[in-house]
Order: sequence, then structure tokens, then C-alpha cells
Amino acid sequence: MNGIEIEGLNVWFGDYEERVDAVKGANLSVPKGGSFGLVGESGSGKSTILRAIMGLAPTWSGKIDILGKPVETPRSRDFYRAVQMVFQDPYASLHPRHSVDQVLSETLSLHGFSDIDKRISQLLDDVGLGPSFRFRYPHQLSGGQRQRVAIARALAPEPQILLLDEPTSALDVSVQAEILNLLTDLRAEHKLTYLMVSHDLAVVGHICQDIAVMQLGEIVETLGVEDMRAMRTTHPYTKHLLESSLQSAAG
Amino acid sequence: MSKLLEVENLWVKFPTRNGVFDAVRGVSFSLGQERLGIVGESGSGKSMTGRAILRLIRPPGIVEADKLALEGEDLMGRSEKEMRKVRGQQISMIMQDPKFSLNPVMRVGKQIMEAYRLHYKVSKKEAKKKTLAMLEAVAIRDPERVYRMFPHEVSGGMGQRIMIAMMLIPDPKIMIADEPTSALDVSVQMQVLEIMDKLVKDRGMGLIFISHDLNLVSSFCDRVLIMYAGRVVETLPADKLHEAQHPYTRGLLNSLPRLDAPRDRLEVLKRDPAWAKEESVSG
Repeated sequence: MNGIEIEGLNVWFGDYEERVDAVKGANLSVPKGGSFGLVGESGSGKSTILRAIMGLAPTWSGKIDILGKPVETPRSRDFYRAVQMVFQDPYASLHPRHSVDQVLSETLSLHGFSDIDKRISQLLDDVGLGPSFRFRYPHQLSGGQRQRVAIARALAPEPQILLLDEPTSALDVSVQAEILNLLTDLRAEHKLTYLMVSHDLAVVGHICQDIAVMQLGEIVETLGVEDMRAMRTTHPYTKHLLESSLQSAAG
Repeated sequence: MSKLLEVENLWVKFPTRNGVFDAVRGVSFSLGQERLGIVGESGSGKSMTGRAILRLIRPPGIVEADKLALEGEDLMGRSEKEMRKVRGQQISMIMQDPKFSLNPVMRVGKQIMEAYRLHYKVSKKEAKKKTLAMLEAVAIRDPERVYRMFPHEVSGGMGQRIMIAMMLIPDPKIMIADEPTSALDVSVQMQVLEIMDKLVKDRGMGLIFISHDLNLVSSFCDRVLIMYAGRVVETLPADKLHEAQHPYTRGLLNSLPRLDAPRDRLEVLKRDPAWAKEESVSG
């Protein structure tokens, strides 16, 4: 059984002459426990695929199966228990007037957990924040700590699938390393399935086993990470991306 | 090489309830006709250094320096009115995000023209001609059309090229670029950098390039200052960046994931409180 199975996904915005096709006929499948990366420029539709899965892009057609079952519209509570998303900007995705404790306890009570107090301590521990962070507000946290809180919130309903939308692009490189290590550890511990979006090939190559390259709303190539490292690509756009990324890394 | 800019013992201080916070602590460097990179994490004081050179730190912030001189002439003692003549005409600054630095209700062409006419007494017709030439110089294909556009109608990459055109049109001697490409895509990034590089070289300007991206700086600049906690911890020729000695620089370099050298775990930077106490290196 696959974690995520997408076939012939189209997503569009607007109608008639204003219609913009953001995603055109995308196919991808992520095995349970696997990690899959989507790369491409901004506007290529990679985040839109994540939003379509979460039910945040209302106009779509095609097939989206999560854990072997097609998604319902609107998404059920069970869906959100299985699938959670971490957003790009931790500065924008946390409520500025809710403390860490409020953020986590709200999520936990929405999903009907009873031992909330114990779970909050466990969640903070999981993401490497001590109990001293529990009653802080977002402005009292650094960017990396905020992203840890956002990850803790996503982990609260004990999901099986995490959708990661550029989780480190707003962070410094040293903090990025900490968050990427955390994501690697959490995947091993909780047997999670990742679908990750990034414009940074090195980050995707570090986390993911399979990578899809997107351009202008279409998936132009899907390849394994080994093939990517060895530059075994067939599509010229993938090659172009890889070359510019390796060039900047070599200095 | 003649010194365009000399900075000695520059401090930026912000008084707070819990005492004075030092954002920049005794930074010294000089700039010739070259590309100088300043790298560091957020909060290391790199942007504050750039702003302090233009004396753009607002009260209650305080700028102090033993020497801050543009071509041998002191900048510290100048009045606000005199500084306005320096800003734009002698030293200009490109900000991070074109979305926030262009006037949203003014056509692109008019904004660039304004930048030119503030510093040079020329007719509107002549200024327009110069503006169109400048737009062409930053590789905008249809300058007449872009001239009439509003900022929301242009893409991020084009917006940043418009910013570059606006900053270069008064023909400054020094350009400070504060994270000019971090809001852009990788493929557009290279294009914008190439344009900037060419224009700076052709005009014999000095460039201060502020960025958090080590690889970008090492491939683009001649010399690099690495800042940590308001101080310069190390200064290096850019092509020797990968031979850096300071543990902080090494830590930053090692924490990057690499396509050509995969690892299971990334190295995490261990901060040594001694780094913040060390004397600033002059560059």
C-alpha cells in the first residue's frame, strides 16, 4: 500500500479567460514510510500539489489516494489525523498571541486526546525543546525554535504522513542543519512518510529517496537520489538545475 | 588600489531596558574597487554594518566610529542634509525584497527617473532617455513597456533588476547590496548577479555584498568578511573560503547538505562563547 498515490492531478485557479492551470496532469506515488521530494522554481506548482492534498486548493481533478483510500471533500477529521503539514515560514504560521502550550493543547483537544498534559511534554521533548519552552509566546522564540514548535504541532495528532513545504528556507544554514537532522530522526522514530517541497536540491537530496522535478505545472522528470547525484538525468531542465546547484556548491 | 571607503572601529548601539545592546562591535575594514562579501547568520550585525555606513540607523540607535570616510572625506560629522547628498549619489543600497522597496502606486519608469533627477539637473526628456537606457542595461527586453508598468505587474527577478537600475542610475561610487537575491529563485539569482557584476565592473565601483549564503559569496566576491555576534571573526580571499581556519566558519561550511557528498547526519554548529568575546579582525 502506498502512502500517497496521485494520478492525473490537475489544479486550476480562476475561470474562463482568467483560468490559470497551476498543476497539469501530475503523477506521483510515495510508498509508506518513504520520502519524496518536489523541486522546481517558484510558480512551478510544487506547493500547490501539497495544498491540493490538504484540501486547501478547492478546484482540482484527478485522483488523490491517501493510505490506499481516495480523499473525501471536505476532508474528514480522520484525514487530518493521518496527514499534517509544516509550512514554510514559522514567523507567519504560529498565532502570535497563543503560547506554545495553547497551540499544542488546542490541536490535541480537537483530535480528542485526553492525556493532554503528558502529551505536550512528550511532544516538546520529541522536537528537542525542553519543558521551559512550554509557556512561551512565538516572539520569545528564535526562528529555529518556532519551526520546532510548528513541527511539534504537526506531530500532535500522531500522523503517518507529513507534508513539508520548504521547512528550512526561512532559516540560517546552521539552524537548517539542526531541523534537517530532527526531521531525519523523527521519520525513523515514528515511521513517517514525507512529501517535501524545496527549491534547494541539496536539501531534498539529503532528506528524500525519490525526487520529482517540476516546471510550469508539470512533473518533467522523476528520479532516484542516486541517479540525481550521478547526474543521470534525461530532461534538460533537471540537468540545468543540477548544474547550477553543483556549481554554487563547488564555489 | 585607492581606498573608496574606510571604516575603523564601527559600533552600533541600541539602548534597551536591560542596558545597551551592541549590534555591531568594533568592525574595521576598507573597500577599494572590488567586491567585498559580508556573511553571517541573522542577528550577526551584517545588515546593521551596511546601514551604519549610510548613517541610516534611526534614533535611539547610536552609530560610533573612529573613522568612517568616503574617499578620505569624513561621513560621521555630516548633517542629515549633507548625508542626503551622499545617499544614492555616492553610495547606494539595494534591499532584499523588491516587493517592499518599490513604491506600489508609482509607475516603474517614474521612480527610476526620480532617482536620477534628484541628483542631476536635467530635463524630463533627457531623464527618460537615460532611464530607458538603464532599463536596457539591466537586461530588460522591452524597456518602453516596463517603463509604464506598476511594481505589482513585474516578477520578482524583474523587480530586483529595476531596483538595480534605480540604484545605479545616479552613478554611485559604492553599492551596498543587502541580500539582493535571497527573495529570488536559483535560476533567476544567477542572472541578476551576472548583471550586477557586469555593471559594477564596467563602472569601476566598489561593491559590498551582504548575504547569509556562503557558497554564493565565495563564487561571486573577491574578499569575504565573516561576522559573528557583531564582530568580524575572520577575513579571507573568497576563493580560499573552503580553507577557512576559524571554527565558526568551518562549522557553517560543514552544516550545509551537499549533493556530491551525502551524509546521514549533518554536522551541527557548536557555539563557543569565546567567539563573541574575541577581538574583531580588521579586513
